[in-house]
Amino acid sequence: MRRLALALLLLGATAEARESSFALMSPETQAMQREDSANPGMLWVEEGRALWDSAGCAGCHGDVAGMRGVAARYPAFDAAPIDLAGRIAQCQEARQHRTPFPRESEEALALAAVIGLQSRGIPVNPPDDPRLAPALARGEALYRERRGQLDLSCAQCHDANAGRHLAGSPIPEAHPTGYPLYRLEWQGMGSLQRRLRNCMTGVRSEPYAYGAPEYVAIELFLMRRAAGMAVETPAVRP
Amino acid sequence: MSSPSLSRSGIERRALGAGLLAVVLARPARADRPGLREAVLGFTGGAEPAEAGVTLDIPPLVENGNTVPVTIAVESPMTDAEHVLRIALFNERNPQPHVVTARLGPRAGRARLSTRMRLATSQRLVAVAEMSDGSFRAANADVIVTLAACVEG
Amino acid sequence: MARVLINLPRTARRGEVIEIRTLIQHVMETGYRPRADGSVAPRDIITHFACLYNNEEVFAAELAPAIAANPFLSFSLVAAESGILAFTWTGDNGFEQTETRSLTVT
Repeated sequence: MRRLALALLLLGATAEARESSFALMSPETQAMQREDSANPGMLWVEEGRALWDSAGCAGCHGDVAGMRGVAARYPAFDAAPIDLAGRIAQCQEARQHRTPFPRESEEALALAAVIGLQSRGIPVNPPDDPRLAPALARGEALYRERRGQLDLSCAQCHDANAGRHLAGSPIPEAHPTGYPLYRLEWQGMGSLQRRLRNCMTGVRSEPYAYGAPEYVAIELFLMRRAAGMAVETPAVRP
Repeated sequence: MSSPSLSRSGIERRALGAGLLAVVLARPARADRPGLREAVLGFTGGAEPAEAGVTLDIPPLVENGNTVPVTIAVESPMTDAEHVLRIALFNERNPQPHVVTARLGPRAGRARLSTRMRLATSQRLVAVAEMSDGSFRAANADVIVTLAACVEG
Repeated sequence: MARVLINLPRTARRGEVIEIRTLIQHVMETGYRPRADGSVAPRDIITHFACLYNNEEVFAAELAPAIAANPFLSFSLVAAESGILAFTWTGDNGFEQTETRSLTVT
């Protein structure tokens, strides 16, 4: 399975000349992601596996293995564009009639991690739904829009200067294939929205609130841009 | 009446002065910690460890000091007659010199330990092994911690 | 209960040296980190780990705040006889957790 994941990863990198930021990491950090028994993200996966049963997900969905491929198909459309974390919260609220786990809580990350793991190695494939078109266009516009006191857009780093260095750090191509992921800097698990907030505060702009439609739009654009690359959840990043 | 630019540089100088003061005030707390050598000699009971038979494996250049993989291996047959009793790791520039001390014996089969540590900054590390014959062996490594460009906060 | 991952073979040949990997979910708060309000977050770490093989200690470790969050430890032991491996982590604020795994030696 791991080998398959890696093969797909390499295929994605070479066939379409796109590169997961996995390739930019040190061999030590790569090993941490590659070996499940060394990957701290797997602690959240285990937590998510327990929650899958205790929080009642299994009652409708059965074994979590049945969620294979699901995480690769988000963001999707359901009344509005929705990301996987939003879908989990919506499921808890509308179907289970309970207060959803807050975004970025350990529980929410754990559930997203165990669902994401079921798609590891599967190519990213967000739905080609015409109702998503406005959000996709908005996401691309936000990605290219200069913002903050540094007056920088996402594209200026991650398209125009990808592969080069900012201080000691290589600039990745910004393919969000491994979320939620374990970041050594965070010493914990975090979502793509947390990373997007980092980037926004990094260029000294006001970040959106967690769950904001702008984040979902950016994620939609990025996942469409990463289509065909392998899901890596739970990835490890420096 | 000083010009705006002068008064601003005055403010900057004061801010810089406050910054230096903070560093000076913060220093003694860190300086109170035993040095790397004291920590090693504390572990060995004053004996000088021999620089042989220990491998300290840590990346020379790390991407993030919060989680740095480190492996220590000691050459030993790990028999009842001849084995490693303890392996300890010390650092030079964290707030405390101690990182980890492992206790093992012949039932471990191999004198090898891996963990992940924090490095406050670029510094030297020393791994020391206590052998069953009462001798000590050591290895050291220098690590450079690069600062990430895009950190949270 | 903190989540724990323990990796070891289910079976081993007598005399074989096996590798064990453990990961446990823990913040390992150093006691040096200033919080947003300027106060220092009190230390909250795992201070001790032990692995008992049929009630006999085969490996133990004292951990300092320099150990990274979600502590990872990898070590080895000689598969001598079938039995139970008990892994115990203890630490600040009364933290204590024990996990057991069985090992079949052939």
